[in-house]
Amino acid sequence: MKYPFPVGKSDFIQGDEAIARAAILAGCRFYAGYPITPASEIFEAMALYMPLVDGVSIQMEDELASIAAIIGASWVGAKAMTATSGPGFSLMMENLGYAIMTETPIVVVDVQRSGPSTGQPTLAAQGDVMQAIWGTHGDHSLIVLTPATVQEAFDMTIRAFNLAEKYRTPAILLTDAEVGHMREKVDIPNPEDIELVYRKLPSNEEEAKYPFGDIHGDLIPPMPIFGKGYRTYVTGLTHDEKGRPKTVDAEIHRKLIERIVNKIEKNKKDIIDYETFDLDDAEVAIISYGIVARSAIRAVKMLRSEGIKAGLLKLNVVWPFDFEMIEKIAEQVNAIYVPEMNLGQVYHLVKEGANGKARVELIPKIGGEVHTPQEIVKAVKRCEKCI
Amino acid sequence: MYLKLSYEIRDKYLRKDMLPTIFCPGCGIGSVLQYTLRAIDELGWSKDEVVWVSGIGCSSRVPGFVDFDGLHTTHGRALAFATGIKMANPDLKVIAFMGDGDTAAIGGNHFIHAIRRNLDVTVILINNFTYGMTGGQVAPTTLKGLRGTTAPYGSFENPFDIAELAVAAGANYVARWTVFNYIQGINSIKKALQKKGFSLVEFLSPCPISFGRRNRMKTAPELIKWYNKITVPISKAKNMSPEELEGKIIIGEFVDRDRPSLDEEYEAYKKRAKKIMGWEE
Repeated sequence: MKYPFPVGKSDFIQGDEAIARAAILAGCRFYAGYPITPASEIFEAMALYMPLVDGVSIQMEDELASIAAIIGASWVGAKAMTATSGPGFSLMMENLGYAIMTETPIVVVDVQRSGPSTGQPTLAAQGDVMQAIWGTHGDHSLIVLTPATVQEAFDMTIRAFNLAEKYRTPAILLTDAEVGHMREKVDIPNPEDIELVYRKLPSNEEEAKYPFGDIHGDLIPPMPIFGKGYRTYVTGLTHDEKGRPKTVDAEIHRKLIERIVNKIEKNKKDIIDYETFDLDDAEVAIISYGIVARSAIRAVKMLRSEGIKAGLLKLNVVWPFDFEMIEKIAEQVNAIYVPEMNLGQVYHLVKEGANGKARVELIPKIGGEVHTPQEIVKAVKRCEKCI
Repeated sequence: MYLKLSYEIRDKYLRKDMLPTIFCPGCGIGSVLQYTLRAIDELGWSKDEVVWVSGIGCSSRVPGFVDFDGLHTTHGRALAFATGIKMANPDLKVIAFMGDGDTAAIGGNHFIHAIRRNLDVTVILINNFTYGMTGGQVAPTTLKGLRGTTAPYGSFENPFDIAELAVAAGANYVARWTVFNYIQGINSIKKALQKKGFSLVEFLSPCPISFGRRNRMKTAPELIKWYNKITVPISKAKNMSPEELEGKIIIGEFVDRDRPSLDEEYEAYKKRAKKIMGWEE
């Protein structure tokens, strides 16, 4: 297979461009989108590449239509993606819920800018974390990944496709304008060296009769894609294992929703990904994700040089969330600091995880600029002193 | 036309475990569903090559009752989902079974853009002038002066003429019938299904329970009489003055043309892209 960009070597590219290339290498062959800053470059790259790899790239009338189209494409077997920013992501919430309820593997990229509303279109923020996790209505779960570098944007895009396919669920790549527009060196592997996951298909007619059951006992039903003769009915209404609407039966609703939540929750260890820096003997922990984690690494080094035993937990996945791990860290340290480009979102998750075992302090910053390492250091020192 | 017995159609195409349907006595959706299945049957299409898509409301339940691949989606978004289905696998034939709210209100934008692109889909439209499932609120198709629970004193807005809208937006095939024009209806659906590009067959369909009851037409026969009064065949309408057409709904075949469909255009686009990049001659 011929690729419209160099593979098996490194390139100096933007985060948005890296996401588009990774998607194509992950096997994405259907992209539907609507232009929005700072995510448009993903669409523009897809528009350039897709026809060349026999994929489809189409500009829909709005974001609601974009996510609807990729769900449709997924049900005929395509790996499909859309990308947007906060305002467009808000519009997608209706059909994001539909994708969760119908267990449709899709990848949605949210290149965050500052909000609410149209806010600061060209500047970065981390204001959509709660929207990504809880934005759509009802009880549900999904997967949210947070890259901090252009290389991570590339790698995590491939991982997002793999997780979406493996768990038959939407995966959100939650990045930001800083990562999206920054240029960095990216190692693009040979396509044959990339490990790809494909959704489980029914192996026979009998299996295909239960597209929403748990026939393998792993909570993830095989997905009978359209056009293969299985004649599957898919609905966003509460449905039984066969997919038949059963909207007033409490037991059927409970069973369905608990399975949808549990297939993520019970596989948390497989999905969750994080890195630690100097955390083993730390007395002060910083928990960070995305672009801010890069300043936090530097801040840890600076704090160490000043005699404060600091360590960092960098979250590469913010949902599902490892509350138990946070509690363990809280038992070890005196204080946890959460620098975020918002007024407190992951902070609340960390606080819940810490379970009162350590002080949890938010280091917020809004307006479009990333925290400098000095700002994090200052905030930690100020707080450590005042205790 | 030889008409097969209804139970043959039922046994061949409906999912028995989903019956009975949710439709009220006198509802026209079952009839339109039967016409669609008869059209498919006469064309000899396989159940494995057709995908049904719908939005929300009474009409949207249809894909559940038929033994085909089907996607029952969100309100008004059927055509956006259909775009993904058709473009990701152009070999599939796509039917969107929609209501007037789906088409002209919440899904109005998806509707005009799917037509502008000439998406290869056949829309079977149930126009009953009301939001039946939610209890008879007015729709964008409710004629002025008619009542709904959200316009208890009679609608004060101008209604959409969905067929005319589809013609203006560029559809390849558009026809409108009442649910009682069954021969014309079946023939139109057959034509629409065979048409590449966007096709629409609109049916004025009775909803005695939510709509008729509030407008002094409590039964389907009363609605038939009303349709007879307000509809004018397109051939006759050509010779009528605007004054004479006031308050009338034109029925018949509005347009039948063959502009290239979206998937055909995209195939050509892929070739153009490869040529421009020097990948292909």
